[in-house]
This record gives sequence, C-alpha cells and structure tokens, in this order.
Amino acid sequence: MSDRNKINYLYARGHTTRRSFIASATALGLGATAASGLWTMAAAQTPSPTRGGLLRAGLIGGSTSDTLDPATFNDTFMISVSHAIRDHLVDVGYDNSLQPALAESWETSQDAKTWRFKLRQGVSFSDGKPLTTDDVIASLNLHRGEDSSSGAKGLFETVSDIQADGSDTIVITLSAGDIDFPYLLTDYHVPILPTKDGKADVMSRIGTGLYTLESFEPGVSAELKRNPDAWQAGELGFFDEARILVIADNTARQNAVINGEVDVINRPELRLMQRMARVQGLRAETVTSNIHYTMPMHMDVAPFDNPDFRMAMKYALNREEFIEKVLFGYGKVGNDNPIGPGFRFHDASLPQREFDLDKAKFHIEKAELNGIQVNLSAADAAFVGAVDAAVLMAENVRNIGVNINVVREPNDGYWSNIWLKKPWCTCFWGSRPVEDMMLSIAYRTGAPWNDTHIQIEQLDQLITTARAEIDEEKRRQQYADIQHIIAEQGGSLVPAFAQEVMLLNDKVATTGKYGGGWEMDGGHFIKRWWAA
Amino acid sequence: MAHMWRLVGRRLLLALAILFVISILIFGALELLPGDAAEALLGQAASPETVAALRRDLGLDQPLVLRYLSWLAGALQGDFGISLASRQPIGELISGRFQNTLFLALYAAAIAVPISLVLGLASAMLRNTIFDRLVNVTALSAISFPDFFVAYILIFLLAQTGMFPTIASGVATADFVGRLHMSFLPAVTLSLAVSAHMLRMTRASIVNLLASPYIEMAHLKGAGPIRLVLIHALPNAASPIINVVAINLAYLVTGVVVVEVVFAYPGMGQLMVDSVSKRDVPVVQAAALIFACAYVLLNLLADVLAILTNPRVLHRR
Repeated sequence: MSDRNKINYLYARGHTTRRSFIASATALGLGATAASGLWTMAAAQTPSPTRGGLLRAGLIGGSTSDTLDPATFNDTFMISVSHAIRDHLVDVGYDNSLQPALAESWETSQDAKTWRFKLRQGVSFSDGKPLTTDDVIASLNLHRGEDSSSGAKGLFETVSDIQADGSDTIVITLSAGDIDFPYLLTDYHVPILPTKDGKADVMSRIGTGLYTLESFEPGVSAELKRNPDAWQAGELGFFDEARILVIADNTARQNAVINGEVDVINRPELRLMQRMARVQGLRAETVTSNIHYTMPMHMDVAPFDNPDFRMAMKYALNREEFIEKVLFGYGKVGNDNPIGPGFRFHDASLPQREFDLDKAKFHIEKAELNGIQVNLSAADAAFVGAVDAAVLMAENVRNIGVNINVVREPNDGYWSNIWLKKPWCTCFWGSRPVEDMMLSIAYRTGAPWNDTHIQIEQLDQLITTARAEIDEEKRRQQYADIQHIIAEQGGSLVPAFAQEVMLLNDKVATTGKYGGGWEMDGGHFIKRWWAA
Repeated sequence: MAHMWRLVGRRLLLALAILFVISILIFGALELLPGDAAEALLGQAASPETVAALRRDLGLDQPLVLRYLSWLAGALQGDFGISLASRQPIGELISGRFQNTLFLALYAAAIAVPISLVLGLASAMLRNTIFDRLVNVTALSAISFPDFFVAYILIFLLAQTGMFPTIASGVATADFVGRLHMSFLPAVTLSLAVSAHMLRMTRASIVNLLASPYIEMAHLKGAGPIRLVLIHALPNAASPIINVVAINLAYLVTGVVVVEVVFAYPGMGQLMVDSVSKRDVPVVQAAALIFACAYVLLNLLADVLAILTNPRVLHRR
C-alpha cells in the first residue's frame, strides 16, 4: 500500500480524529511525523467542523428511575449523557473498528488470555484530579464478582484478574482466550469513573469526558457544557453546550423537531417518515444496524423440537412483507441467524432463505404435522408491530395445514413473564459490535438468554474456538460455519435487521457516518456533531 | 353558630378516618405482592445471606404492624423511604414534581374556574338563547374529545405559529413568567377538559332555583336580573357548585398523566407511570398516598365551604 492509499484507506475506515488516525497510520508503518502531516492533508478533504453553539435533542429512552450509575444504564438517554461526560478505555469507530481512548495502546499474548492496556498519560478528571490505574481497576471491577448487579456482568464472566503494572499499565487476565476482548470495554456500561474511598464513585458527575454535567433531572432533561480542559478537547466536542430532553410521546417528539424546539430526535414513527422528510429544513438519517427482530422457538418443546417443523416455518416467513408492512421499508432481510450484514464476519455466501409455501408444505407433510395447532405469543413490547408480524405469519401458514393461534400478551412484564418462558414468541435484539457478544449470550448451551434452548455441541465448540482464533481467515470460516448451523438447525426465525432512523434539522451537521453500536451515532452524537 | 362548627368538626374527623383507612390499604397492597423490597432491590442474582442482611437493614424483619406504623410516621414527616429503582430518597424525587403538578393544576384552575362560573351564570340568565346553546355546545365538544386530541389540536393551532412551546420540560428552572409561558398549552388543554362540568353544573343549579317561589317573590319586588342571580339565587346554589369545582380540582391534581406525556411536563403522573412499569412500589405507594390526600382534602374543603355558605345553616330558625 502506498502512503496515499493508506491515508485513503484509513479515512474510509472512519479514522477521522487526528489521534486515532496517527495511531493507525503508525501501525501501518508510517512515521508519526509523516502521519501527522498526512492527516492534515486528508482532513482537508472533509468538511471541517465549526465550534460553538447549542445542541438541543429530544430523545425517547429516558425514565424517572434513571441514575448516573453505569451498571443501571439500559437506554439511549443515559448512554448519550455518559458518553459525553465520561470516557472508556477503548472506543468503537464508525465501522466497528477499535479506537484508542483512555488506553492509548494495547497488546495481547498468543493465547489471547493476557491483555495489557497502556494508559494515556496526562489525563485529568473534570475536577482536576489525574486519572490513575486505581480509577480504572475500580471502574472495571464494578461489573465483576458476587455483589455486582451490573448489566455488563455477563460480558466480564471470563475476566479472572485485573492488576496494575506500574503507574501506566493495566493487565487483565482472562480464563478463556478472547481476541475481541477490547470490544467488551467499549460497552456502554463500562465508562471509567473516579474513585472515592477505594471504590468507583458510580453516582459521580465527575468524568474525563468532553462535557461536564451542569444539571440532570432523571426522566426530564440533562444540560451539558463543554470542558475546554478535556484531553480530547482538541479534536472532538464542537458544541459549547447541549440540552437533552426526554420526550417519550412520539407525536410530541416529532412536533418538537418540526417546530424547531429541538434540533434532532430519535425513533420517529416510520409510517410517517415520508411526510416528515418533506418538512422544510428536516432530513432523515438512516443507519444500518445489528438490531434484529426474531421469533424464537424452544427447540426442546413439541412441535418445535421437530427440525422439519422449524424448516417449514422458516420457508413460510415472508421477509419482504415483514420489511414492507412492519418496518415500512426501513430494514434488511434476515437469514435466520443473528450475524447480519453489519458484522465483520457476516457470511454473504450463505444462500438467502426465500418465502416458499410449497417447500414449507413439503416439510410439514414430511413431519406428519398436518393440522397442527400452535401458540405464538406476541406483544408490541418486543418491537413495534410484533403483533401484526405474528398475524401475518398466521395468515401465511393457514394454507399449509398449520394453525397459529396468536396470543396477544400484555406489554407490561413481557420480558420477565413471556420471553424465555413461552415456547414461541416475538423478540428484539439490540446492537452488539462483535459476533461473540451475540453468540455467547444467546446461542451457547446454558447461555443466560438462550431463548431457543439451542444445544448443539459442535456449535458450542465453534463459538469457543472462534473467540480465540488469531488467524483471521480461519476465524472467518469458523463464523461462517456457525451462521450455517444456526440458520439450518436453529430455532429462531430472523425476519429482518433494522435500520435506525433519526430526524435532524439544518442547524446540525454530521460527518455523514454513524457508529452502529447503539442509536444516535453509537451514543456519541453530542461530541461528534457540530453546529451547521 | 355552635351547630355549624360541630358539623365542620365532625367532617374533619371523618376525613382523618378516611385517610387512615386509605393508608392501611396502600400499605397492605404492597404486602400482598410476592417478594419484598430487599429481593427487589438486590435483583435475581442475590444470595440468601445478602437478602437477609438487607432485610435487617431495612427493618423488614419487624412485625407488620410495627412496620406500618414506622412507614406512617415517616410519611407524616415527608420521609417515604428509598426508591428501589433509583436508590434516591423518595421525598426528593416527589417534592419537585409535586410542586410542578400543583402549579399546573392551579394554573388550569385559575383559567377554568372563573370562566366556567361566569359563562355558567350568563347562560343560566340567557337560557335557551343562541349564546346559551353556543356555550354549551363548545364546552361539551371540548370535554367529549380525549385530552391528547385536544392537546394536539392546540399544538396545531398555537404552537405551529411559534407563539408557545410544545415541550414543557424546562418549567422547573424557568422564572415565573417563563413558567406561565411554557405551561400555557398544557394548562389550556386541562382547562378545556374540566370547564364543561363546572359550567353546566353552575347553569343547572341556577336555572333550578330561578323557578322557585322565593325568586319569583324577589322578581315581583322589582329586583333586576343581575341582582336576582347574584344576591338571591347564588348563595343557595353555592353548595353544588363548590362541590363540582372541588372534584375537578382533585382531577387536575391526580388525573393529568396524558397531558403530562404529550407536553413532556415533569409532574407526578409521569413519575407514577414510570414507577409502576419499573415495579418501584415504594414510590407508587408515596404517590398514591399523596393523591389520596389531595382528593380527601379538597373534598373536605368543599364540604366545609358548603356548610359555611349554606344559608339554612347560617340563618337557623
């Protein structure tokens, strides 16, 4: 690769901050000074953000029970606030690539069990206290051990030890090799907090991030102010101030952006998108994500234990219709496995399952299940339109001798009473940056959220091997095999992968690229966007 | 006079008794639920030892009656314990939001009560005219539409022009004028929702009285129409009017969840809905107790005022 090509390659991969650019450029074998000069050259080709102004956002995804404790984060409002006031050891870039943050570099052993993270020097919290290894260790330990009630506890199960080595290095030891371990540190539950009395101060407003929290009223609003002394202040954090409001009512949120009371909203109603995009000065931004919708069947309960019945349902699922009628066109077809086109190791060569009622009927007859009655539990708590999706499914299979009785379940308590409990239901999966985070939590024997009760020894082994496989080609093959097994034998129907939609007005400018880890530019929109 | 104060005193005691019973019901409802606060706080992954330790800390190992009394004693001092979801003192969570709700209720009442009373009296005096019909049709239409629909219509008519904001999130930090401006649309929505009831009750009470012999007597003595209504009829119609105003005020304090949601107004209703969905029972308890108090106190106030303004009690023969 010539230097010029390297630059363009890095730019195409979303390395748009000077620091990460130089880090990657030097990794590609460019000298630091050369990289620095080339960065200026490449940066000249992209719009340069202006500084100043006030960002006003109206978001759904906040509640009166929100707190600053990262272990309790579960939705967009707190995730966005956290990313503005706190930093992680590692960040995810636009294309799912890892970017240095509070850790400026990292290395791992051959077996991917020992990880050494070198801390960035000269970083201070917003109260002036320097960042130390103690802060980092205490922050990571929040998600481990008996007493932890963190939402990230499952991710840290393989972490057996966290130690400091000198004043600038953290050594993390895993019980099983994991090539993608740094990705776990990008999870929104794992920001680095200041310590108080030897423990991470979870409720603290103090952070190393680009913004300081001026006011915070759970379920209502948060006001943020730019911190000119933040370590990243030279390259990100363009708005002087940001005011983030919780607006849970769809119509109210849409009104707010139409009337110009806020500059950006998340999750507009998809059926109204055509009309809203026509409003003067508004634009819709669409991001392909790893969010997907599923209809999991318990593979150890009749008739779902019959592979022919499962195959019949996969053929009887009309994915195009699902995207058109449930997602209003904002989606990409799924292929009955969770590793969609947004993942690095998505296997595009896996044949796309087509809607084919003749094949479905053939499998039903082969299984001698003609005239079978099954229940499908659905509620819009799973995803908006889940009940409609279940009814569409029931209509499609009526002609092949299967009677689906759609059970309309209450939204309240759906995730505790219906999902994982009923043998067939509708379900939603949030976005995860790497394959293993998805597979380990839902497709391994005994995994906590194994909602299909899938139990295939070969699959378990592949998941464990692929996690620690250093040779990328081998690894790609292993993940392809995994996708093949799940799509052919698994119990989950995956009709579609979602596209995330945001509505912005012309006062806000963005790079045009968005992080896919979570909505609103991966939750980083406050520091990445600028005033137009 | 002594007779009157006896009536008032009796009514006060009754209100206290009702509140006491309500507090027992609210506390008992929590006891009927499976599990307890310690389990809820620690989540599913908690070991039995930790749960037992937390139970001791929270005093959950005490007998039921003792726990009820300490909860009640705390509640009387404004201390409702700790929220399960946010681990914050409930008093802090509620106080600001309750003030917001009260502000909105009073704001709406300040618009709705005078307008309803004046229009009610006017349509009683001008009964069966075009004016009367028009007022009644308008009021009935406003009450017939759901709150959120009225809200959206108002947004369509008033907010599109940029005169009033549709999002009232910032009321807590704004100054008084800013508050009035920001919560104008929700207040008008609520006013429309409660006006018809008060207006029609006023009209009906006055129209009823105007047909009675003593009014006819006053008319024959030469009293003008305004004097007839205000001096002769209104005192005897006060009691039902006061009652209906009180009921509507109680509704304004307790029943405005939908309007809060539409305008993102940070009030009690939103807190209660969020807490119910998060199974945050102590917050729900506290909110329910406050709502119950608002209802009972407003009704008490209405009854006492009705007693005090009742000419039959004031001028006993």
